[in-house]
Amino acid sequence: MAMLEVNELKVCYGVIQAIKGISFHVNEGEVVALIGANGAGKTTILHTITGLIGAQSGEILFEDKNITKTAGHKIVSMGMAHVPEGRRVFSELTVLQNLKLGAYTRKDKGEIERTLETVYERFPRLYERKNQIAGTMSGGEQQMLAMGRALMSHPKLILMDEPSMGLSPIFVNEIFDIIQKVSASGTTVLLVEQNAKKALTIADRAYVLETGRIVKEGAAESLLHDDAIRKAYLGE
Amino acid sequence: MRFLASLINGISLGSVYAIIALGYTMVYGIAKMLNFAHGDVIMVGAYAAFVMLNQIGLPVYVAIPVSMVVCTVLGLVIERFAYRPLRKAASPLAVLITAIGVSYLLQNLALLIFGANTRSFSSVVHLKSLRLFDGGIIITGEMIVNAVVCVAIMAGLTLFVNKTKQGQAMRAVSEDKGAAQLMGINANGTIALTFAIGAALAAVAGVLMCSSYPALTPYTGAMPGIKAFVAAVFGGIGSIPGAFIGGILLGVIEVLGKSYISSQLGDAIVFSVLIIVLLVKPTGILGKNIQEKV
Ligand SMILES: Nc1ncnc2c1ncn2[C@@H]1O[C@H](COP(=O)(O)OP(=O)(O)OP(=O)(O)O)[C@@H](O)[C@H]1O
Ligand SMILES: [Mg+2]
Repeated sequence: MAMLEVNELKVCYGVIQAIKGISFHVNEGEVVALIGANGAGKTTILHTITGLIGAQSGEILFEDKNITKTAGHKIVSMGMAHVPEGRRVFSELTVLQNLKLGAYTRKDKGEIERTLETVYERFPRLYERKNQIAGTMSGGEQQMLAMGRALMSHPKLILMDEPSMGLSPIFVNEIFDIIQKVSASGTTVLLVEQNAKKALTIADRAYVLETGRIVKEGAAESLLHDDAIRKAYLGE
Repeated sequence: MRFLASLINGISLGSVYAIIALGYTMVYGIAKMLNFAHGDVIMVGAYAAFVMLNQIGLPVYVAIPVSMVVCTVLGLVIERFAYRPLRKAASPLAVLITAIGVSYLLQNLALLIFGANTRSFSSVVHLKSLRLFDGGIIITGEMIVNAVVCVAIMAGLTLFVNKTKQGQAMRAVSEDKGAAQLMGINANGTIALTFAIGAALAAVAGVLMCSSYPALTPYTGAMPGIKAFVAAVFGGIGSIPGAFIGGILLGVIEVLGKSYISSQLGDAIVFSVLIIVLLVKPTGILGKNIQEKV
């Protein structure tokens, strides 16, 4: 069963048609990558899924529920978390305060504590820095915080928008490691990436987006060996 | 002696400014808009209390909470129908102009209902004055209440914003509305809550102000509103302790200026100070230096 299903989605900014009718799905347990050049519309798609912007037409189904018109703040409690592009941690708050906001919709204090512990296990650095003001952390640390914050809602599906952007190679490897571990622990992942090679290496399936349209889709493995993809996205 | 007396007067006046400024700064910090109608909400709160206390004869412990409720409802209505529809508007100027419009609307409604006559508001404070130095300095009950209430409100708001879940949600919305929504925070609801708090504080400020300075007219809120805005900018707009410090300083400067320099130029002195502070430190005394994100 598809956990997330997007059908014929169109999105516009004023007169600019950013997404021109795309369909894709993410099955439970998968890591699905969405790759494409700058301005292809990747962020727009994620923002539309989590209700930060409205769709022009088409529908978005999450666990068979139509969430196309659901208000943004109601999505996370349904089990979908979003690690936004550019991290967007609350820079004036501490690491711990950021993490607690990630669990904003959850009620059970004991369960929140338990999730907090698993997040600290996954990101020991966040534990060491829990009282640091988020805005003073390095870019890589902020990325970890953004991911930890999303995991605090204990999501079934996590959307990640360019988690490796602007990070040094060591951090990039670390982030991809963590994505694999998150996936192994049972969370479904929709991953948007510029780093197509890395993304295709850890993904099960992938979609290639060009100026608002899906131009290619398939098993990540086969896209990794596709000549056109290698030329356009892997720089070979 | 005269200095000390002026200082105490200034702190009392400044406490009222600070309570109003706290409302300004909360709304600005979270909704990123200058609610220029805030001063007129004070006037509405004062009239509501006036009607209950002086015309119906209800006790103070009924009149104050009810006038806070009246102002809260008014604040929510203004936010919902005047400001929210414009929140996505292209220009922040549209909201600013609407706020000025709401301000005049409230003044004219008050004029229509209560007329232009100055009403004499009877104080809600029934404490004995303190006489120090053989009557050289008199501290009235109103002065004490103003300062105590102001400190209590400042402390309460600080705790609320830093320690409660709703307060954290406010800070999140204030910094990044979109990211806050991704946490499941209802940004519109949070902004409305901020307006409600600001308006309830305005009612308190209205009652205290008219208890200390008993003349009530439809324009009673306008000037203190503007001065409280100055105080909020002075302290660093968006900052709760900033509004507190800014309000107190402004009151002190105004009273000292009136008593030592010129009683006519009091307001001019207040605004000159604002200009000087902004020239030296554009973000205000406790204003945040906008830090670049990595
Ligand atoms: N708020 C906006 N207003 C107008 N146009 C926008 C807005 N946001 C995005 N766009 C346009 O929509 C298109 C898709 O943008 P989007 O941010 O989704 O691309 P992206 O694939 O995420 O790119 P990148 O890899 O650079 O992050 C671009 O042409 C962009 O200019
Ligand atoms: Mg993007």
